[in-house]
Amino acid sequence: MSRIEKQRNIIGFTLSSLLRRKRKNAALIGVYTLIVFMLASIMFFTYSIKKEASFILKDAPEIMVQRLIAGRHDLIPLRYTDTIRQIKGVQSVKGRLWGYYYDPIKGANYTLVVKEDLHNGPGTITIGKGVSRNLPGKEYGTMSFKTHDGNYLFLKIKGTLSSESELISSDLILISEGDFRKLFGVSREYVTDLTLKVRNPKELTTIATKITQLLPDTRPILREEISRTYDAVFDWRGGMIIVLFSGAVLAFIIFSWDKATGLSAEEKREIGILKAIGWETSDVLLLKFWEGTIVSLSSFLIGILLAYLHIFLASSTLFEPVLKGWSVLYPNSKIAPLINAYQVATLFFLTVIPYTVATIVPSWRAATIDPDSVMRA
Amino acid sequence: MFKRKSNIFFLYLAMNILLLGLLFAHASLQEKADLLILSEKGKMVEALELTDLCLFTDARYTRHPTMADLHSPFQDYPLSFEHFPSGSLVPVPQTMISNRGKDAIH
Repeated sequence: MSRIEKQRNIIGFTLSSLLRRKRKNAALIGVYTLIVFMLASIMFFTYSIKKEASFILKDAPEIMVQRLIAGRHDLIPLRYTDTIRQIKGVQSVKGRLWGYYYDPIKGANYTLVVKEDLHNGPGTITIGKGVSRNLPGKEYGTMSFKTHDGNYLFLKIKGTLSSESELISSDLILISEGDFRKLFGVSREYVTDLTLKVRNPKELTTIATKITQLLPDTRPILREEISRTYDAVFDWRGGMIIVLFSGAVLAFIIFSWDKATGLSAEEKREIGILKAIGWETSDVLLLKFWEGTIVSLSSFLIGILLAYLHIFLASSTLFEPVLKGWSVLYPNSKIAPLINAYQVATLFFLTVIPYTVATIVPSWRAATIDPDSVMRA
Repeated sequence: MFKRKSNIFFLYLAMNILLLGLLFAHASLQEKADLLILSEKGKMVEALELTDLCLFTDARYTRHPTMADLHSPFQDYPLSFEHFPSGSLVPVPQTMISNRGKDAIH
């Protein structure tokens, strides 16, 4: 009998053996698949979001300068631009006007951004898709805002931002500078923060240090800190899902360890009979190896496939309640499927290998015992 | 061919591996197709001088994690519980932990 034929026979026998205890094994594969599915979903989601964030935000301003008062972000005087402009290496300094508006009727927070050159002018606004979805009925109407002095400001909606850009623009409202200042009562001498362009990117840290020396009440934020923040936020090892999920993973580890290491009396008797009819210890180990491989590989492959469908084709439906939190506006966009073989390989080594190895050790112990005593036990 | 259980298993395994391969092919093709949309988003970020993804809009420090002031994740005091569910997803940035005590940039 050829070696391949022998393996096929053992696999056939293993499958029959698994089918004899089909309920128990189906439950094991079900739980195993769920664990792989959840781990793979978290991995795919966080990796893709991180990659997308670093790709999209690579064109964010090089340095942003905020003013801090009593530990809180405050409006910054425009005269600070003159001080910063004098620093060697600074190409340009611009004031940025942006803020939040809480709509008490909808219970939603909007981000208002002033961008004069892209915007249509006073009295009009351009809104993100999330904002337009939240409006009753028509998209192109008028929105009312309660100003800082209790009056109402009615602004005409001139257009909506594209739905493809929802991941960055869902809650945005582009507004003119005059309307922004009227709404929040911000005087002409102040802006929200400053953005800088620097001639040599290697000088970013030096310029940031000089800014804090010249203007001690400010806090410069570098572009590289943006990607670092997103890496930290979506680090797949961190976060609530992993914390909650780690309990389930531990329960599965205990369950599979118990299943894999503690052979039932029936399984021990089966091994005894096999040995009595002439199976070698190596054949029994092969049988157990294939048993572990069939269970873990099936669960792994189905889990990965389902996780991919969940994250990239079903818009992470199961994570939505956690990700949405208390947000009223939420971007309705699919994540780009940025996956790599390294992720899949990591998951494979974390799930399939330990289980397969764990099944062999107790079987080796049982397989080396005298068949007579095993059958009598 | 299907009389032997091992053949059925190998066929099932081959189908799963084929599907896994198709996932990678889909991801690769979709990535190329999405590149244009990603570039458009990048242009919007540059034009509007945006700094954050619009993922959580429930609080300012979850809407703009990069712009939030240093104490924002702990609105009341450093050990306070979070008010928002998404606040639990946003841990303290590593840079804050590593820069604690130093006042290099911040």
